[in-house]
This record gives sequence, structure tokens and C-alpha cells, in this order.
Amino acid sequence: MDWYPLYNSLRIAAISGVIVFFGGVFAAYYVARLPRLIKGVLDVFLTLPLVLPPTVVGFFLILMLGPNHPIGNWFLNVFNIKLVMTWYSGVFAAAVVSFPLMYRTARGAFESFDETLSFSGQTLGLPNTYIFWRIRMPACRQGILAGAVLSFARALGEYGATSMIAGYIPGRTATISTTVYQLWRTDNSALAFKWVMINLVISAVVLLAVNMLEKKKTERWSY
Amino acid sequence: MSLSVNIRKNLGAFKLDIAFESHDGVLGFLGASGSGKSMTLRCIAGIEKPDEGRIVLDGVTLFDSEKHINLPPQERHVGYLFQNFALFPNMTVQKNILCGLYREKDPARKKIIAADMIAMLGLQGLENHYPSQMSGGQQQRAAVARILVNRPNLLLLDEPFSSLDSFLREQMQAQLVDVLRIFDKKVILVTHSRDEAYQLCRNLALLDNGRILRIGGTKELFADPESRQGAILTGCKNIVDARKAGENEIEVPAWGVRFTTVRPVRDGLIAIGIRAHYFNPKAVANHYPVVFVEEIEEPFAWVITFTYAGQTKTSPPVWWRIPKDKKTEVFPQELGVAPQNILLLYE
Repeated sequence: MDWYPLYNSLRIAAISGVIVFFGGVFAAYYVARLPRLIKGVLDVFLTLPLVLPPTVVGFFLILMLGPNHPIGNWFLNVFNIKLVMTWYSGVFAAAVVSFPLMYRTARGAFESFDETLSFSGQTLGLPNTYIFWRIRMPACRQGILAGAVLSFARALGEYGATSMIAGYIPGRTATISTTVYQLWRTDNSALAFKWVMINLVISAVVLLAVNMLEKKKTERWSY
Repeated sequence: MSLSVNIRKNLGAFKLDIAFESHDGVLGFLGASGSGKSMTLRCIAGIEKPDEGRIVLDGVTLFDSEKHINLPPQERHVGYLFQNFALFPNMTVQKNILCGLYREKDPARKKIIAADMIAMLGLQGLENHYPSQMSGGQQQRAAVARILVNRPNLLLLDEPFSSLDSFLREQMQAQLVDVLRIFDKKVILVTHSRDEAYQLCRNLALLDNGRILRIGGTKELFADPESRQGAILTGCKNIVDARKAGENEIEVPAWGVRFTTVRPVRDGLIAIGIRAHYFNPKAVANHYPVVFVEEIEEPFAWVITFTYAGQTKTSPPVWWRIPKDKKTEVFPQELGVAPQNILLLYE
């Protein structure tokens, strides 16, 4: 059995997870502070990938990153880097599709944060970065953790946009989800079933780990 | 040490327009909720930005709209005790206090200062507790400790006792008096409790609807609040329309009486106030026949309501508070008020 799809899926989900974590958290933090009109427009834009069909997202990604399209063309000319049909193309797809999950849960957590904690930190002379990482983030950790897990899980299971921008090249761009589809399509249900089980186990382990982590933390302090 | 504030801020339906100067000691802000007390503190601390004006503390300009100066809260050295204490929930008491020592770079010194403050405020044994594991009083002491180690030049207390129960409140008030004595810096205490204001503040500003009605010595202010709103804020129960009837005489049409006063009556008098405990059956002056309405028992006093014999039907009954040991078996036929106890209200 070729384990490449597992390795590739985990790699894509992990990298996209890190990008989405920081991107989502900072977007949530700064969007919450913007004037109402800009906030509304930006909010719609940042949440759109959640409700659009992944194929539509994939279509837009090709429009931007494809070799004959602006960004893709520039990268090809300047760095000689191809942005589509490579393993890291899957990262773009996974990141865009899972971003709204992180952004929205983080924003919800930040909105319920007691701002007087931040104010008291400021009057005590604590720098804003310290307040953000040591007070705001820990206080909002439940929502942020939930967002991170959801977006990681979503990235792991990404299919539609990935298949359009990264395609299915065994040993190069194949992920678990594209492999399952290919195996089923080529009438190899037994192997497809194996990959389905692997996917289930990974997802269950991730959720279980988070639950345990959460339990341990709540024992230490509670609100 | 001095603080000079002159700020305006438009908050839609509500406009803040505050100007005052203050020197050493505790200054109280007494006002109803929504009068702009907390907003003023927030502007001084730098959490809110006024639309225009100036804030100067000890010669340092914290805010000046004309010169485009707006120091961040971190550079103002203004301590702020929030109503909910705002202890960081993810840190122990000790870590919270160490946060107040962020500017102190020597870790050994940090530990010593924190330990001293923990001892001073009686927080020993609670160092490793999280705020959620402590009582309201302990949380407040931890929050005070965190601010004091920070050595602010000005301390702002935003209704510090409002979230404590009444028994604890008296204890904490007594303790705060001690702490303020040690602190020996300028303090502004926001409160809606006239008792707190009277006990803790040397000077007092009466706030109403975003502006300062009056500012002055606490005792003088209680003795002569001058305005209707000031009389209400200082706890005067009986306020009634009145007009000038002579140099030292006023007339209350609704009660059908005339009172002599010690303070000379100026033109423009609109009302008088008489505090509930100032009525006295034995007083010689301003003696008038009264009719009993009802009585309410308090722990240490009786509140008796009555009307004057000549009082109009639409005018509400008058409140008289009398200590339990002074109450007589029979309701007196006449009640008097000493001429110095009549508050003359001009606004």
C-alpha cells in the first residue's frame, strides 16, 4: 500500500492549519475593531469561502494562480515556480476553504472577551502584544482551539477545490480524499475503504486529543 | 501634584463636558449612573479618547487635542481599579501582581516587592490561587496590590465597593482608607453612594448629565448643595418648591408654611431641601402643626411621613427620620426645623 496520500494530506492540513490559525486570529482581531461599514463588507468577503461550493473556490483559485493568470504567471516568470498541480497547491485550496471556520470562531471568542482585562493591562503598562498573547488569547483559548481544530479537520477533508487546483497525480498531489474518489471510480472499493477508515481514525484522534487537552485546562482554572 | 482636566466628548444623546482642577487627597465623583463619572475616568486613563480638550497630570500633558498629544495608557502612569477588579483569570494572584511590576526588570527585586505587597494587603497563602477561587474582597485586595506595585501617579477607583455585599463593603472601606494613606498620591473615587463619598473623600464633585454641577469640600457640599440635583445626590429626602419671602425668610406654598433661615436668601431661589433627620419636635424655630401619615421601621431608626396642616393635597408627604431611642409614644402635634438646616436651592 502506498502511504503517500496520508503523508501528503497531513502535510497539507498541518501547513494550512498554521497559516489559517494566525491569519484567522489576526483577521478576527483587527476586523472586530474596524468601522461598521468596512467591517460588514470584509466580514462577508472573509466568510464567503464557507458557503461557496468548493468547486467555485477552486475555480477562483485557478483564475488567480493558474500559469496564464496574473499571480501564477508572475511566480512562474520571476521564481520559476508553478502554483497549480503541485502538492502545495493543495495548501492554497485547504487554507482558503478552512479559513472562515477559524476566523468566525475566533471572532466570536474575541467578541465575548471582557475588554476591561485589556484596559487594566494597558493602565499597568503592559505592551499590547503581551496583553494579546498572555491575556486575550488564553482567555479566548476555548473558541480559538475549537476554530483551529475545525479548520484543521476541514483542511484534512478538503476535496473540491483541491481536485481542481492540485488534481490527482499519484505520488505527487494525491491526498486521502482525492485517493478515495479515484479508487472508488476505478472500482477499487476495498482499498478505498481502507483509506476511509484511516481518515476516520485521524479525525477521531484529533477530536479526542482536543477534548482531553480542554479537560485538563479547565481543571486548572475556571470562569 | 496636581491634575487638570478640561475635556469634551460627544456620545450621541449624551454629551460629556468636564472641567476641574484637583490637588492632593481623595477627590470623589458623586453622580447617578449615566452621569459620566466612569467615562471621565476612562478619558483620564487613556482608554477613551475625548473629542477635544486637555488633560495634564503633574505637569505632564496626557492629552491635548490642539497639540495632537494623546499618550497611550501605558505611558500615563494612571492606576485604574475596575468595578469587576479585572484580574487576569488565567494567572495566579502572584502572577497578577507581577504584571504590575512589568517595568521593573530585576527579577529578584520583583519578587521582593510583590511579597511585601502581598503581606501588606493580607494576601499571604493566596499567592497561588486563581481569581475564580477567591472571594470578592480577596479579589479586590489582589487588584489593589497589583495597582500599588505599579506605583501610579494617580489612582482611579471606579465604584470599588459596588460589587461587594454590605458587610464586606464596610470592611473594605476601612481597609481602603489605610491603603490610601500609604499610597499618598492623588486619588479619584467614583461612587453613587453618598456615604462612601462622605467617608472617603476630602473634596467632592457632583456630576449630572455629563457635567460637573459643583466641586468643593465634601463637608461644605453636604451642608449647602445649592442645587436641586446636588441636594438629591447628597441624599436629601425632602425637596420642595419655594420662593424668597425676605432677607432670611422663604415661603413654601405647597406646605403652606414660611421658614426663617440662617443663610441669607438670594434672588432666584427655586426650592428648599430639608434632610429627613432635621425635623425636631423640640426645635423652637419654624414650628408648624403636622398630621401623621405612616411610619416605616428601619434597623436603627423610624421613618415617619407626615403632612403640614396647610399642605396641598397634591404635594407628597414629608419624610422624618428619627433614631429609635428618640421616638416618643405619641406623635407630636408640631414639628420644627432649625434655621441653619434649611438648604437653599437655586438651580
